[in-house]
Amino acid sequence: MSEPILHADHVSIRFGGLQALTDFDLRVAPGELVGLIGPNGAGKTTAFNVLTGVYRPTSGEVRIAGEQVSGMRPNEIAARGLARTFQNIRLFKELSVLDNVRIACHHRAKVSWLGSVLGGPAAFREETAIRERSMELLETLGLADRRDELAKNLPYGEQRRLEIARALATGPRCLLLDEPAAGMNPQEKLELMKLIRWIRDRHELAILVIEHDMKLVMGVCERLCVLDHGVRIAEGAPDEVRRNPKVIEAYLGTSGSESGSGGESGSGGAAGAGGAAGGSGEAGEKPDDVREASR
Amino acid sequence: MSPTPGQVWSRSLSPVFGGFAVVALLGWIVPASRDSYVAYVAGLAGINVVLAVSLNLINGVTGQFSLGHAGFMAVGGYVAAGITTAIGGEYQLSFLPTGASDALLFFAGTLAGGAAAGLAGLLVGLPSLRLRGDYLAIVTLGFSEIIRVVIENLSITGGATGLIGIPPSTTLSWIFLWVFVVVIGSKRLVASTHGRALLAVREDEVAAEAMGVNTTRYKVKAFVVSSFFAGVAGALLGHYLQILSPKDFTFVKSIEVVAMVVLGGLGSISGAVMAAVVLTILPEALRPLQDYTGVDLRMVIYASLLVVLMLVRPRGILGSRELWDLWPVRKARATEPAP
Repeated sequence: MSEPILHADHVSIRFGGLQALTDFDLRVAPGELVGLIGPNGAGKTTAFNVLTGVYRPTSGEVRIAGEQVSGMRPNEIAARGLARTFQNIRLFKELSVLDNVRIACHHRAKVSWLGSVLGGPAAFREETAIRERSMELLETLGLADRRDELAKNLPYGEQRRLEIARALATGPRCLLLDEPAAGMNPQEKLELMKLIRWIRDRHELAILVIEHDMKLVMGVCERLCVLDHGVRIAEGAPDEVRRNPKVIEAYLGTSGSESGSGGESGSGGAAGAGGAAGGSGEAGEKPDDVREASR
Repeated sequence: MSPTPGQVWSRSLSPVFGGFAVVALLGWIVPASRDSYVAYVAGLAGINVVLAVSLNLINGVTGQFSLGHAGFMAVGGYVAAGITTAIGGEYQLSFLPTGASDALLFFAGTLAGGAAAGLAGLLVGLPSLRLRGDYLAIVTLGFSEIIRVVIENLSITGGATGLIGIPPSTTLSWIFLWVFVVVIGSKRLVASTHGRALLAVREDEVAAEAMGVNTTRYKVKAFVVSSFFAGVAGALLGHYLQILSPKDFTFVKSIEVVAMVVLGGLGSISGAVMAAVVLTILPEALRPLQDYTGVDLRMVIYASLLVVLMLVRPRGILGSRELWDLWPVRKARATEPAP
């Protein structure tokens, strides 16, 4: 395996008495599409928050292309090529669609404040470049004709797409998608997953995606990592993972008769449970609230 | 087809030169009007515009809540007045005529006052900008009161009686010049990539950070720039009234400026300008009423007008829009395809 673009090296995090993540180990190779799954409260979003620098791990390290980044601020990590979307959409609601994407291009801007105010050729070139890049991304995600709309006025599905466009605008090498399909119907979900694959191929990104819907994640990801109670209980190709008795147990809460039955029905049950969990997944915004309160 | 650097510069600088021409014209016309009282009020309105537009950068654009503008203003005012009174009385640039020498000194004093206020902004901003909302408001309020109390108790600032004998260097042209600088400066800043980063901080700090915006740094920068202009406004005021006294810089002054920003619409530059002008002129315009009724109803009317305005337009006169957004031609141009 080549050097992983994103490497969580035995990361643990503890909030007071709560061990949210234990010895989490994950490697994402360049260009790989990896799914992070697990029941509600398994620590998936916490894992994202550790990777993106929202939380500092209690122990262990996060590395981006070999560089140790844990302890850095989220903006520094973003500048190193790790971009994310949020489970509960966090767009800049009162700003236009175009501005949302342009803001994500900002961290590479070199012009000074004074330069911006004076508006010389350097500032002009940079603004033009940012605008072109943003429009290109909006076109990719089918949002170009919405560019002057306020982000809050977009329909739900387009807000999700805009979040992806915004994350891509930071110029990531690895993209983290936190339940990009939450709240979508099965048809929309399928289209979104196709889109994700297409983005990966086009932009040559590694993508790590959190998803509740097992069936969906099975179809699109090349590798899965399953979390339960902050512990990685399985990792591997989708087919292996879905036969894994531990995974089935985690999703159904019991290993009783299910593990005795055939692999197919077992996975069907697991997918069903995953779908049900996805429905109630909207309430799982705890980690962000924790951060909000701690600031 | 991309424009040449020359075209970019001319496009960028022509409004600046046009603005200077307008400033010069206004500075010449307004004092010449038959009423010197009108000119006096216009000057005060201009200074308030500088204050409101600069505070809008923190409270409106960056979404932080500062109640310390009076403090920064005081720092700028006293530093500038100290420089012009201490040096101006003794020295003169011999190669320049007296008027030009004084003007140059005053300009340098204004910049120094602004820089001192900016430095104060940095000192307050660094430790306190991890706080937000009400907490930040309390810290900035406390800071502004500390400044006032310190000034009240120092001998070089004239103590509670204030600093007197400041040269009357502030002309209307100076005021209009700074109004122009702060308005066009913040308009361009907000439209630039840096301004969008500030707006991102206001909209969602967590998301802004995840998108690569260094939120702390941007908050501190906004604070420093805003304090700089508050200091400039203080310098202008001192040389306008020829006296600086600590009682002009109580938290009531800060709240007055916040009222202007909120009334104009948080984040709206033109709104802040309008509100600052209205709230300066209103108490003056209501003076004749006192002659008729014999009772001083000015503050009653002023206050109830504020209440009514906030009831009718809870998001301020302009909301977060700008006057120039309402211009139909501009609007059409803004929506046409990218070059």
